[in-house]
Amino acid sequence: MNKISIQNYSLQYSDGTESLRNISLEIPANQITVVFGPAGGGKSSLLRVLNRLNDLADVIHQEGNVYLDSVDILSNKLDVINLRRQVGMVFARPVVLPFSIRQNLTYGLEVAGEKDTERLNYAVENSLHKAALWEEVKDRLDDPAIALSGGQQQRLCLARVLALEPEVILLDEPTSGLDPISTGKVEASLQDLKRDYTIILVPHSVQQAARTADLAVFLLQGELVETARGEVMFTNPQDQRTEDYIQGRFG
Amino acid sequence: MSIFQNFINSSHSKREFLITLFIKIAGYSAIVFVGMIFIFLLLEGLPAVQKVNLTSLVSSRWYPIEDYFGILPLIGGSIIITLGATLIAVPFGIGSAVYLSEIAPHWVRELLKPLVEILGGLPSVVLGFLGMLVLSPFLRKLLDLPTGLTAFTGAILLGGIAIPTVMSVAEDALDAVPRSYRDASLAMGATEWQTIWRVTVPAARSGVLTAIMLGIGRAIGETMTVMMVTGNAPILPRGIGNLFSPVRTMTATIAAEMGEVANGSVHYHVLFLIGIVLFLISLAVNITASTVIFRQKKRQERILS
Ligand SMILES: Nc1ncnc2c1ncn2[C@@H]1O[C@H](COP(=O)(O)OP(=O)(O)OP(=O)(O)O)[C@@H](O)[C@H]1O
Ligand SMILES: [Mg+2]
Repeated sequence: MNKISIQNYSLQYSDGTESLRNISLEIPANQITVVFGPAGGGKSSLLRVLNRLNDLADVIHQEGNVYLDSVDILSNKLDVINLRRQVGMVFARPVVLPFSIRQNLTYGLEVAGEKDTERLNYAVENSLHKAALWEEVKDRLDDPAIALSGGQQQRLCLARVLALEPEVILLDEPTSGLDPISTGKVEASLQDLKRDYTIILVPHSVQQAARTADLAVFLLQGELVETARGEVMFTNPQDQRTEDYIQGRFG
Repeated sequence: MSIFQNFINSSHSKREFLITLFIKIAGYSAIVFVGMIFIFLLLEGLPAVQKVNLTSLVSSRWYPIEDYFGILPLIGGSIIITLGATLIAVPFGIGSAVYLSEIAPHWVRELLKPLVEILGGLPSVVLGFLGMLVLSPFLRKLLDLPTGLTAFTGAILLGGIAIPTVMSVAEDALDAVPRSYRDASLAMGATEWQTIWRVTVPAARSGVLTAIMLGIGRAIGETMTVMMVTGNAPILPRGIGNLFSPVRTMTATIAAEMGEVANGSVHYHVLFLIGIVLFLISLAVNITASTVIFRQKKRQERILS
């Protein structure tokens, strides 16, 4: 059963260029779907469609359908706040809020009305474990989050999303500021997380795409060129453009 | 080669030296000017303490012609009006800043902000006129008072005068909060209001605080308007009821009486003493503001190190 279904979706920002062109894509539950391609291909735009964060950008035209569990998420009547609790997002550049580490983690729950301290504390610890950050910050949860290193901030942003227990997690280059060891940790925890979540990942390299993808999607200048299982895509791509891109990066 | 290098270095360093010197002089001169003003105030004001005894100064009767120099009513008048004005200017000023920066569509903001800023630049005499001719008769009828020239009238007008200051500075502070904070908050399922009150305003708090302090400064130092609309009766405000009776402020007293006073007389020195008190009050407001802001700065610096 597919978690998300995107049908003939097109998106145009106010600058007039069509950032996504007639995209159709089925995203399976409990797998890692990797969306990769060159810069400006529309990867971030696609993610921002799925939690309706594009509502804030100056989109002048969009058409097509997007369903989450067969709910039309582009509908005007949709409860957007609720959608964003189901579909969490980690941004390409980590944005920690100007609070303490703990408050960054509880913020999403608190705005949703959670007041029970025990549950909040559990969420803090649990999400930090999942994001492989607990050991590094457990003694300074009340320090300002800006005091963390860039890589730690990025994992905090991941933890912050996990604390909300969403169904879908959108990850926009979640390891772009991390060293190989932390990257390894995050990738390992993603493999664990996919048991509970549907994960959509924009990787920061083709290598990472190949390492993590269950399903891989190649986006080139707003066009979906090819969709394939990870093992197939990176060994035996069907489209010449996909092959060129993968080859170019490898060698 | 090395001679050539030396030449460049020395000509550069000479220029650097001159520029640094100029900036130093400019910086120190600002301090010197303020220092000189304060010394002048002290020289002219302190003799008052010798000539009038202290008990008489802190009494509640101001009637210089018969040598009653109690300055408490004037201090009280200034404080009650400034407080009233602050209570009006802060919520309205910050409220409208939040509206303009966070809620209003782009074109509304582009239109309204300069408009409000122009309002802030209106000469206070003009507003005093409005207060005398429109606001005070209106309040007199509305509240059934013996006179419309009251502390309340003054507070409303001063509040109105301070709103544009508060709004403009607070709006700049809110505008400087990164877009990405709002995105992050919304992406976690916060509503627009939750984002404003929990993220955007707190992130801008030092600027918002500066806005409040500037607003208070504007209100406390204002002379012309209060002189025109508060009735100028030196009555010590003793409670909330005095809000609706005439009062007189320190600034209005100095402005009204300095022109007629004999140079070097007791009255003359007491007016300067009032100036010192005013100076100290605004100093206290500023120091409070900057320590609050400074404390936050220090914390941020600790974070970054
Ligand atoms: N808010 C916006 N307003 C206008 N145009 C936008 C906006 N966001 C993205 N675009 C445009 O849409 C196109 C796709 O951008 P997008 O950020 O989705 O690419 P990307 O694949 O994520 O690139 P990168 O790998 O550099 O992150 C670009 O041409 C970009 O200029
Ligand atoms: Mg991107």
